[in-house]
Amino acid sequence: MAGFQVNNRTTGDHFLCQEGQSVLKAMEQAGKKCVPVGCRGGGCGFCKIRIVEGDFECGKMSKAHVPPEAIDKGEVLACRIYPLTDLTIECVPLPEAAFEKQKTTKV
Amino acid sequence: MKKGVMRPGHVQIRVLDLEEAVKHYTDLMGLIETDRDDQGRVYLKAWTEVDKFSVVLRETDEPGCDFMGFKVVDEAALNQLEKDLVDYGVEVEQVPAEELKDCGRRVRFTVPSGHAFELYADKKYTGKWGVSAVNPEAWPRGLQGMKAVRFDHALFYGPELAAVYDIFVNVLGFHLAEQVLDPEGTRVAQFLTVSMKEHDVAFIHHEEKGKFHHASFFLDTWEAVLRAADLISMTDTSIDIGPTRHGLTHGQTIYFFDPSGNRNEVFCGGDYHYPDHKPVTWKAEDLGKAIFYHDRVLNERFLTVLT
Repeated sequence: MAGFQVNNRTTGDHFLCQEGQSVLKAMEQAGKKCVPVGCRGGGCGFCKIRIVEGDFECGKMSKAHVPPEAIDKGEVLACRIYPLTDLTIECVPLPEAAFEKQKTTKV
Repeated sequence: MKKGVMRPGHVQIRVLDLEEAVKHYTDLMGLIETDRDDQGRVYLKAWTEVDKFSVVLRETDEPGCDFMGFKVVDEAALNQLEKDLVDYGVEVEQVPAEELKDCGRRVRFTVPSGHAFELYADKKYTGKWGVSAVNPEAWPRGLQGMKAVRFDHALFYGPELAAVYDIFVNVLGFHLAEQVLDPEGTRVAQFLTVSMKEHDVAFIHHEEKGKFHHASFFLDTWEAVLRAADLISMTDTSIDIGPTRHGLTHGQTIYFFDPSGNRNEVFCGGDYHYPDHKPVTWKAEDLGKAIFYHDRVLNERFLTVLT
């Protein structure tokens, strides 16, 4: 079968990602919810993951969420990651602001 | 009280890839490219707008909104508003004429929520696109995609809403059309207008300063909103939520994202506001219904995904 296997070691989910497809898009298509879906455009930082193992290409991502040093640590946005090999990923905690908002509006 | 601020005039949006963004705002949303400048910025307008541009796209490595500008009635009003801002203790910055092409001098200031706004009196009048000023036809042929009618408003997320309210209402003459109050009576959302529209700019409380929630564009009908939804699917554009109706303003709406993750809205309808109207209040406990009138449940993305 064509494509690459993506394993989320935080949640135990795995799904197939086609060549040229972003990890987030592949996850959504597979009906999985193991990475939070935000803008899907590299802008909001919601889908941040850590790549533990495997090679990938990066699209453009907001420097506010992915400074150059983060890319070196494999901390990237799933919507802008295109696998070149099978990948093992893990979840990264959401930014604090996301939780602050929930508190302040008592949702 | 009228202080001479007339309407939203422009918004400058930061994008990761300029040409992808231009394609989104023109081919999909139906804005018209009117110019480019030597900084590489692209100028766009919606077809019913009479001035040269209302959206400016700037390529950089961090999406979001640089500033929103309001047009004021004339230079005398601009001078007075500038003085009023300074007297109120707001630091203002002078942006010279032509920093944006064919736009007069701008008075820029940052409000305590961390967002930059501008006032200006002059911009090149180019008339509505594709229709004559005399015996105009109903609409121009050749519009693309959603055929956005006008840049309508923007929603910003940030702290210190009360201080922002004071500047917009007491200094700039905006009215509070709608609000969300928490059980302690603290305003956690404020929809402000200088017109008959339910909002010309809106703010929702958020701890982090200076965040951009969306730029919104008006469509004529619910049918046009549904057609926009079709186009979002046809182009595999990232959708947020909709088509649906808001409780706040009662507008009918759909939200989606530009290719850099900045949220866009197209909407129709909505309530109106005259200066003698008292603010409409929604309770924070009912925020689900206030934001999404049909689902009556919030999607977390709408509250937390920002640029």
